[in-house]
Amino acid sequence: MTPKTPAEIGGMGHSVKRKEDPRFIRGQGTYVDDIVLPDMLYLDIVRSPYAHATIKSIDTSKALAIPGVLAVITGKDLAQYNLHWMPTLMSDTQMVLPVDKVMYQAQEVAAVLATERYIAADGADAVEVDYDPLPVVVDPKKALLPDAPVLRTDKPDKKDNHIWHWEWGDRAATDQAFKEAEVTVKEDIYIPRIHVSSIETCGCVASFDKVKGKLTVWMTTQAPHAIRTVFALVAGHVGLAEHKIQIISPDIGGGFGGKVPVYPGYVIAVAASVLTGKPVKWIEDRMENIQADSFARDYHITAELAGKKDGQLTALRIKTIADHGYTDAAANPSKFPAGLFHICTGSYDLKAAHVEVDGVYTNKPPGGIAYRCSFRVTEAVHAIERMADLMAHEIGMDPAEFRIKNFIKPEQFPYKSALGWEYDSGDYAGALHKAMEKIGYAELKKEQAEKRKRGELMGIGISSFTEIVGAGPSKHFDILGLKMFDSAEIRIHPTGKAIARFGTKSQGQGHETTYAQIIAEELGIPVDDIAVEEGDTDTAPYGLGTYASRSTPTAGAAGAVAARKIRDKAKKIAAYLLEAHEDDLEWEPGKFFVKGSPDRAKTIQEISLAAYTNHPQGMEAGLEAVSYYDPPNLTYPFGSYICVVDIDKGTGEVKVRRFVAVDDCGNIINPMIVEGQIHGGLTMGLGPSLYEEIQYDESGNILQGSFMNYLLPTAVETPNWETDKTCTPSPHHPLGAKGVGESATVGAPAAIVNAVVDALWHLGVRHIDIPITPPKVWKLLRENGVTE
Amino acid sequence: MAKIGIKVKVNGVERAAEVEPRLLLVHFLRENLRLTGTHIGCDTSHCGACTVVLDGKAIKSCTIFAVQANGREILTVEGLEQDGKLHALQEGFFQEHGLQCGYCTPGMLMTGYAFLKSNSNPTEGEIRHAISGNLCRCTGYVNIVKAYQNAAAKLRGGGA
Repeated sequence: MTPKTPAEIGGMGHSVKRKEDPRFIRGQGTYVDDIVLPDMLYLDIVRSPYAHATIKSIDTSKALAIPGVLAVITGKDLAQYNLHWMPTLMSDTQMVLPVDKVMYQAQEVAAVLATERYIAADGADAVEVDYDPLPVVVDPKKALLPDAPVLRTDKPDKKDNHIWHWEWGDRAATDQAFKEAEVTVKEDIYIPRIHVSSIETCGCVASFDKVKGKLTVWMTTQAPHAIRTVFALVAGHVGLAEHKIQIISPDIGGGFGGKVPVYPGYVIAVAASVLTGKPVKWIEDRMENIQADSFARDYHITAELAGKKDGQLTALRIKTIADHGYTDAAANPSKFPAGLFHICTGSYDLKAAHVEVDGVYTNKPPGGIAYRCSFRVTEAVHAIERMADLMAHEIGMDPAEFRIKNFIKPEQFPYKSALGWEYDSGDYAGALHKAMEKIGYAELKKEQAEKRKRGELMGIGISSFTEIVGAGPSKHFDILGLKMFDSAEIRIHPTGKAIARFGTKSQGQGHETTYAQIIAEELGIPVDDIAVEEGDTDTAPYGLGTYASRSTPTAGAAGAVAARKIRDKAKKIAAYLLEAHEDDLEWEPGKFFVKGSPDRAKTIQEISLAAYTNHPQGMEAGLEAVSYYDPPNLTYPFGSYICVVDIDKGTGEVKVRRFVAVDDCGNIINPMIVEGQIHGGLTMGLGPSLYEEIQYDESGNILQGSFMNYLLPTAVETPNWETDKTCTPSPHHPLGAKGVGESATVGAPAAIVNAVVDALWHLGVRHIDIPITPPKVWKLLRENGVTE
Repeated sequence: MAKIGIKVKVNGVERAAEVEPRLLLVHFLRENLRLTGTHIGCDTSHCGACTVVLDGKAIKSCTIFAVQANGREILTVEGLEQDGKLHALQEGFFQEHGLQCGYCTPGMLMTGYAFLKSNSNPTEGEIRHAISGNLCRCTGYVNIVKAYQNAAAKLRGGGA
């Protein structure tokens, strides 16, 4: 897209350098642990060594004897205020601190309040808890057996560990299509439990002013307004009212979904501040972060695909067991317990589909957040892209040709999927062709054939994904009843400079830059003259926050709409100043001029000044606008990724030799930032594909509880990503844009697995669950007769 | 706990303090000196967000006690900019979009500061190995590599 504005204005399509960077490259960002208030106290948390146990007693005497330890807070203390349990976003309940039993290893058991950070940690070490271990349920399939211990004994009517059953689609039509199918493939696909592990962990500084009765909380949250309302609803009975709660989300060191939920530590810190009247800081360490904060994925999928011998797909059937840990604390829109998993027909024109998911309780930490994806979309894409590849290989058709045959065609948009979504726009074959050309697909196929003759293992994998982002239309999307619109408020100052505030919150996405570019695009005010603020609920308009690639589709759209309202008013002022009729005025970035007389013009800066100094009689002074944007639909970014792997037969190591990513997110606000997002997203797709997994032993002990063994990709394992793009604008978004922050994380794993399976197909390998570790591959090679 | 007197030169300024022997250098920098640009991202010396330069070497300040820095010289991210002029690495990160959330950035900068002093013309592979003790979750490292290359070229050309 050629930019419509000159570089000095820096509207859409310019790779404007980021406004955020000057403070970050100087170490002058303000992250939550950088905040220090006078008389601040520190909170440290005692955690359970057991995955399931009765608490017989908690002895706080030794902790309280340490100079500087002020209090030890237990579940019984919170129970006096009925704050020992809290609701989850999915209308389940979660313990803040337990009164009688713990449900997972690393669960919060008590909290120590002290004058210094190290003393709080000393205090936590000195608290003595006497436990009586209970039988542990780790495997969600075993959790559903009739003789499994019932975990949620707090729910009097609960007689099993089944949370909910959810299904979508036409079961009868799907079953019929499978009956009539010429070819079917079926596979069990486990998408393991993983953790976002943003480099900044979670934490807060809660400060309650007893005189004003006001609570201010600086916290690592992606959704400050929603948190404010949740706090008011949960703690209203102890006197916290929403007008006296201020949530400030300062600079955030990465979120990826992990900073959406309310964790017990936040609530305990707030309670401690309210009780003491002093500021309280709680910052979790990395082990607490991995072991106790929300996990992602953990979907046990059984997928079946039906089609004809010529490669035409007809139907998809999926059954899934979702391991939610001891409570359903997923971060999904309320009406969607399995998120948007029913995007699982992907990029293909399938006539019938049916999907079922069963949520299950186990003795693991709660969660079910996104890990840089829109509500379970990675799970959906992984399933369909694995199955499509399996079917293509099964019938002996080239996976690219197979995909092109089954793609929804450009002329079919807007396209209504078998599972009810209305895809806004796409040109799937266009992206795949571009990726094939860029990577040299035909030559790679030849190389692979030659290498195979020599016994070398090389694979080529494709993933042609469709995402669904930007939740969402208020008709369907809410969180605890709060509709998922988002907002922008723009004020133009008399000197023509602007401040704009949004209901979202950047965690590295660069909103201070891209939102300013949207306003620059619409009003012609240079991007340098526009300040963008987010994250302070006392000043920003209400919004649902940043996750699920929703900022551009919702708040970005609100920014454009608000700017257009301002431009409408500016036009009236310009007409008045130019003594012309409004209809005779034309707009070019930065000014209105009289048609045919470009010299008779008023710049937006002149108009801004007039709005405060010389506005038409009968018109309100000032130049500002607010928009609460309720998107008419979601946006459907897409792309095609091709991955080339070489496998070391001796060690089983998978080496990603090349990875080409062609993305389409419609019109682009800042190409530099979009490319950066894709680089990062790809790396967060690589991690779970090859390295990241959280496992538990039979006693519920976490096996990857720190960066010692929860392996994030370093620069050495990460390939030099090759990116490109196509551009299919969204027809309903005011800027033609789609969300992009997560596409790559969603699309990459399937390309990598497909490449590895492609390398091993001739040996009889049909599927490998991620992460594809060297031992897994080594074992497969040995089982299939490769002994070198 | 008994405290011990230490003297450390931080960003060119002599600092004296009485500290507990168990105090980690990263907490000394962040909490005692209020130099909060140095970050904490893990408990196991893996993430590198706390990297500072100690007597010319990049070290992880979460894995050394403040008392061990007694009598030594430390450079943190706050000391990179000189006389209002950004260091070539800071400029490189800005130009090449080498940062997103900014949390790993100070550590990446300090690793680079020490690395480019020992290798003024590194290959991509050498840069990737040099930063393998610094984790970034946002950028996929591509632009961090470019930022290092950008800075190296400027430094070779006699820049900051």
